[in-house]
Formats: sequence, C-alpha cells, structure tokens
Amino acid sequence: MGKPMQVSRFWRHFKEKYRLIGTKCKKCGKIHFPPRQVCNECGSREMEEVQLSGRGKVISWTIVRNPPSGFEYYKPYPLALIELEEGPIILAQLTDVEPEEITFGMEVEMVTRKIREFNEDGIILYGYKFRPPVK
Amino acid sequence: MRLAISQRKSDSTFLRVMPMRKLLRPIKDVGIVGYGAYVPMFRIKSAEIGRVWGINAFPIEEKAVNNLDEDALTIGIEAARNALKRAKIDPGLIRAIWFGSESKPYAVKPSATVIAEAIGATPHLDAADFEFACKAGTEALQAAIGFVGSGMAEYAMAIGADTAQGRPGDHLEFTAAAGGAAYIVGEKSSETLAYFEGSYSYVTDTPDFWRRQHEHYPRHGNRFTGEPAYFRHIINAAKGLMEELGLTVNDFDYAVFHQPNVKFPLTVAKILGIPVERVKPGLLSGVIGNTYSGATLVGVSAVLDIAKPGERILWVSFGSGAGSDAFSLVVQDAIEEKRDLAPKTWDYINRKKYIDYALYVKHRGKLLM
Repeated sequence: MGKPMQVSRFWRHFKEKYRLIGTKCKKCGKIHFPPRQVCNECGSREMEEVQLSGRGKVISWTIVRNPPSGFEYYKPYPLALIELEEGPIILAQLTDVEPEEITFGMEVEMVTRKIREFNEDGIILYGYKFRPPVK
Repeated sequence: MRLAISQRKSDSTFLRVMPMRKLLRPIKDVGIVGYGAYVPMFRIKSAEIGRVWGINAFPIEEKAVNNLDEDALTIGIEAARNALKRAKIDPGLIRAIWFGSESKPYAVKPSATVIAEAIGATPHLDAADFEFACKAGTEALQAAIGFVGSGMAEYAMAIGADTAQGRPGDHLEFTAAAGGAAYIVGEKSSETLAYFEGSYSYVTDTPDFWRRQHEHYPRHGNRFTGEPAYFRHIINAAKGLMEELGLTVNDFDYAVFHQPNVKFPLTVAKILGIPVERVKPGLLSGVIGNTYSGATLVGVSAVLDIAKPGERILWVSFGSGAGSDAFSLVVQDAIEEKRDLAPKTWDYINRKKYIDYALYVKHRGKLLM
C-alpha cells in the first residue's frame, strides 16, 4: 500500500465522499455528481449544493481481481456503475454482496465505508459504497 | 438526604456541603428523540472457532463480524444515520457527538469528527471519543444527558460501537463481536420516544481487563472478571438506581444488562429477581456476541423496537476497569410513529452470512500482506 498520501486532496472531497453532496443547477435543474461549478447542460454557473438520497440501481458491474495498489487486501471486489435516482451515474464499489448475487437493475443504497488505508501509519480514507438495501 | 462529615485520623475535618444524592438527574427532563442500531452482516459460529482451537464448549451460538471495509467508526456512522432518521431533526442542531469505543481506528484522531462530517452535523458542535472498556457508550450517554439537561445544548448524540478484539485461541475470541448503536438526546417533549427518569453510575478501580498501549489484544484476569468486577458493579448500580427512584424490579417491563455472554446477564436477573422473559428481548449476545461499547445500546434498541408507551426499561451497562451506568427509561407515545423510520435491530440480525475461520481472519485484518 505504498502510494504517496495526499491528505489535502482527499480532505477537499470529504463532503461528496462521505455523504453524496452533489450540485443542482438553479437554471435548468440538472443534478450533478460529483459536484460541478458549471452546468454541463445549460452552461449556467448558478449552482447549489444538494444532498442525494443514496438510492440507485446497478447498470453494469465487474469483479476486480487484480486491483490497483492500496486495494489488494479487499480483492476480489465488485465495482459498479450506479444510476442514482436523481440521475447522475457514478462508479463505486459494491459491498455486503457476493458476486453471484449482483444483477442488472439491482437496487442499492449508499453506505459510508473504508475505501483504503495508507500503510499502518497513514490516514484511513472513508467514502461511499453501495449495497442491497437492508429494508 | 444527609450531610456527611468525614473525619480522618489527622486533625483535619472535612465537611461535605453537598447533600449525598446518588441519583444523577439534570435540571431539565431529557429523553431520546432518535435511536439507531447497526450490526454487520457476517457471522461466525462458535463451533467454527472451536474447530480451529480444539474447544467444544461455547458461551454463545455465533457472533457478528465486520466486513473488510468496516470498523467501529463506519458502524457508528450507520447507527448515527438510523438515529437521525427516527429523530427527524436537522443534523446541524446536534451540538455534541460523543463516540464510545475501545476499537477506534485511530489511536490519536477523533472518530467522532468523521461521524459528524458523515451525517452533516459539522461544524457547530462538540465532538470527542470516549473510552471505558465496554462502558464507553453509556458514558457518552451520561454526558449527553447532562449536556442537554443543563440547557447547554438542544440535542446531543451518544454512540457506542466496537469491532472488539479477542486474542486468537483465547475464550474472548468466541464473543468479541462487531456492532453499535446511537442515541440522540433532547429535552423531554412529545418528540421524545422515551425519557430518562434518572441515572446512576457506580465506579471503582478494579483491574479485571485491560489493553496496554500498542498492544493488539486485551488481557483479562480470568475468573476475576466475574464476581468483583461484572456482578458487583452491575448489581450495585441497578440497586442504587432503584433505591434512589423508589422503584422495585416489579416496576420494570424490560431489563437490559451488559452482555459479555448469555449466562452473566441471566445470573444478574436471577440475583435481582427479574423474570427471564423481561431480559430476553434485550439479550442479543447469544446471536451477535459481545459488541463491547455497543452492547447495551444495541440491546436497548431491540427493546425500543417492540416496547409500548408507558413501559419502563432498566438499562445497566458494565465496563471493565470497572464501572456500571444504570438508567431508568420510560417509553413514550412517539415510539409508535418513529420506530419504523429506520431498519430495526432484528432486520440487521436476520441479515446474515456465515463465514469460516479463514475468512474471519481476513475480515479481522489479521493477515500480513
């Protein structure tokens, strides 16, 4: 797990990583995740922060068996494209689910989990993952 | 109430001007506006642990194990979110988040700040981590009651969560489990789903269990953990609270005691004269193990999931080192509309997947890469 740690780079994104804060265009209403400063639909710069519900559907997925450095301990793990109910499509790991249980269109909900650790003495990164809903 | 004058062998005489009131009760009446539990989905059967170490008598049936990407902090986040769903308040109104755990991911760096950020409670709040072996969660709750009850804050959140460590092959390995719960305390009103009649803490220096700095696993005093530690503190705390409130065991519809196994809390119930059926709803250690700082908080959450307005709950924690916090809780009408706003404790307990010892070792991060 030997990548250099860039604490400030991660810290800047805590809000979106921990609790899915996106942006909504005040002019055309489009919701973006990750947050944007300029709307890619209408070009407006009038954006407001919006809390996404964390509910969505799996539209595609793969199983990562040869992960990038820092993720070796978690292999094999599912990585999915998830369409959030507000519209944005995001790439995220699935958790609390076996590969054979994953299906197209499967409903999922957001949880905040450990994403990776930087050595024994580095920071621990937390962020969003998705799992089948508990209820 | 009496004034105590204590005389020592020296000439000095100390006059205690404060009345000797044992009960802890804040100026304002406070209650719980939201509660939430979380138990990870993985389970290992005691028989599977026993298979590896050649042991075939077990204190519990099975225990909850964290996923690879879970620690006490992430358990705290999910419990806190569930509490918030039931509280139906703006997280920005929470003025303190106190996180009790003995398996904090960082030795130095508060977990409470991460949880506060994750639920959107920052930045106008106090946050800290508490440690008192298995009692840290109720310790945080005592503080939250005081914080709100004094009028300093509108709402405060207390969390107890652990991914408890048990040395491989030690009998603690059968029970040391993962789970937690969160409680949001607010002034007593129609919004509170239960209110505190009072609490009482009983603490002595009893070294029955400890973990030194930089050590991976705790050590314990074997049989010393029972009589002078667990039983003495829990029973004195329970009796002290009931005496101060003028209540007897017959006034309580449920009792939740710290649950390092199944036998200990049932023995406490027997000593106090509480029927087993009032203890069972909050006794989860047989199916999830000992969630340490989370243990009684998770137990009480399962009781709140089924309790009716007007019912009274006796809640007594225990933490090695040693001490107990005892609370008397009366369920209110709001429970009926709030309990279904988040997953119930048994929703998590029933959501389970068994793993073998090899996967357990991986989940507990015991493999060197």
